Amino acid sequence: MNRQRIATSTMVYIISIVALICFVFPFFLLIINSFKSNGEILTSPFSFPQHWNFAHFSDVFAKMNFLVTFKNSFIITTLSTLLIVFFSSMAAYHLVRKPTKYNKFFFTILVASMVIPFQSLMIPLIYIYGAKLQLIDTIPIPLLIFFYIGFGSALSIFMFHGFIKSVPVEIEEAARIDGCNTIQTFFLIVFPMLKPITVTISILNVLWIWNDYLLPSLVLNDESVYTMPVQMKVFNGTYMNNWELLIPAILLTVIPILIMYMIGQKSIINGVMQGSIK
Amino acid sequence: MKDRKRDLANVGNSILFLGPTTVFFAITVLIPFAYGIYLTFFKMNSPTDPMVFSGLLNYLNALKDADFWSSLWLTLKFVIATVFFVNLVGFGLAYLVTSGIKIQNSMRTAYFTPNLIGGLVLGYIWQFVFVQSLPALGEKLGITWLKLGWLGDPHMAFWSLVLVTIWQTSGYMMIIFIAGLISIPKDLIEASTIDGAGPFRRLFNVTLPLMVPSFVVTIFLSLKNAFMVYDLNFSLTKGGPFNSTLMVSMHVVNKAFVEANYGTGQSEAIILFFIVAVVTGIQVYFSKKMEVEA
Repeated sequence: MNRQRIATSTMVYIISIVALICFVFPFFLLIINSFKSNGEILTSPFSFPQHWNFAHFSDVFAKMNFLVTFKNSFIITTLSTLLIVFFSSMAAYHLVRKPTKYNKFFFTILVASMVIPFQSLMIPLIYIYGAKLQLIDTIPIPLLIFFYIGFGSALSIFMFHGFIKSVPVEIEEAARIDGCNTIQTFFLIVFPMLKPITVTISILNVLWIWNDYLLPSLVLNDESVYTMPVQMKVFNGTYMNNWELLIPAILLTVIPILIMYMIGQKSIINGVMQGSIK
Repeated sequence: MKDRKRDLANVGNSILFLGPTTVFFAITVLIPFAYGIYLTFFKMNSPTDPMVFSGLLNYLNALKDADFWSSLWLTLKFVIATVFFVNLVGFGLAYLVTSGIKIQNSMRTAYFTPNLIGGLVLGYIWQFVFVQSLPALGEKLGITWLKLGWLGDPHMAFWSLVLVTIWQTSGYMMIIFIAGLISIPKDLIEASTIDGAGPFRRLFNVTLPLMVPSFVVTIFLSLKNAFMVYDLNFSLTKGGPFNSTLMVSMHVVNKAFVEANYGTGQSEAIILFFIVAVVTGIQVYFSKKMEVEA
């Protein structure tokens, strides 16, 4: 019995570590090759670099316009996420506490809209806001943030809705008796209680918006407003197969989010886990 | 008098709490969706063209567009392959990291990492693996099937896409399965062990039936992701070689923006919407029926 248990746990260890290698190996390849020249990458992609050469990094940093691109991604991601959380939590609260016929219908529409593929919205979006209203050329970043709030609200409201249903009404009634109006009750009493689900929703939205490519590629047409994925695509087009530049570029693109993961891995994993329990 | 004042306050609150969301949602989702259906009845090549009413011509063109149907068929194969493997691997990983080994938390963190990075950049990372690294390794070890560039072969290119998708999303599904696995009551597992069930019987007769709610979520997510795959498809294979990996999303994007055929592209997008809505609807309906009470 004991021997069998040891055998099983050894097996579990071995499989876990093999899986770990599969998951981490591409990142490892990326790191060791980012210091090499093209010649060295072609002949020996699996060995450690002969010299740890940082020159390509500073080269790519300038060529990618890294600071501006990072700033664009950062502004778009944080503002969109903050506004999604703000508006969705308010809407979800109202939909839970005032279940009128109209509100129930609105909620059904929101949930149903989650199956609409982005591809069936993108042509009219470009048509209306690009060709007709000319907003894509004049205010691309605010427009993109606006779109993200629109696209993000369905799932966020759905998740807030599920959470708020479990918040007891009695606390709010007590606040009301103490003289709070609806707005005060929501922001002072209810919103602080939503913290766990707010963390989850923020993480999911940040990951989605930071990495999104198709929508920004249609809206952002000028290098000064590019986000990181759009810049990476353009960079890949310019330096096709020039791996000594492409690999440091890929690494620079993923480093910000990996740093975020290192700092907040526990809350990110728990957040995703929270989000899956309905 | 007092009632009217309260009604006014209620209307005011409704506008304040629901108003902004309604505006954002209407402008980005509802109006474009309705307008998109309207657009399919007009002949239009680029956004600046005048709109000419053309009845069902766009839908007829979509029906006749052989490339559209072959991309849809390919997407269907991709959906079946990825939904199956992503759930299998995701569940396997979740089983591994809840088995009580010491390193399980670091393992979770590592397996989840690919989800932090978008499909576009992952495609570029794996391009390096498939184009540069594996052939070099094959050369060194003398293994022929590694030496050939996988992305240059239509059959292998498709399976490369499947492989990267498994690598990318199974960590996310793992997290959902972990949430399901740790909520299974311990006494049920113990009771079945005492009744003499071996590890496989336990897995198939106790654990899996109780995991149906998790599978409802993971299958829904993996279905939706697979149907709409674009970023990874675009950066890893660009639909090549010879359009052998061109999925339906990419076909619609190309139709509208590369071939400049807005009308037909939009009709194909609407057909895609119906297919996704029906498939996910059926999936949720049937898997809800399978749920058992713990």
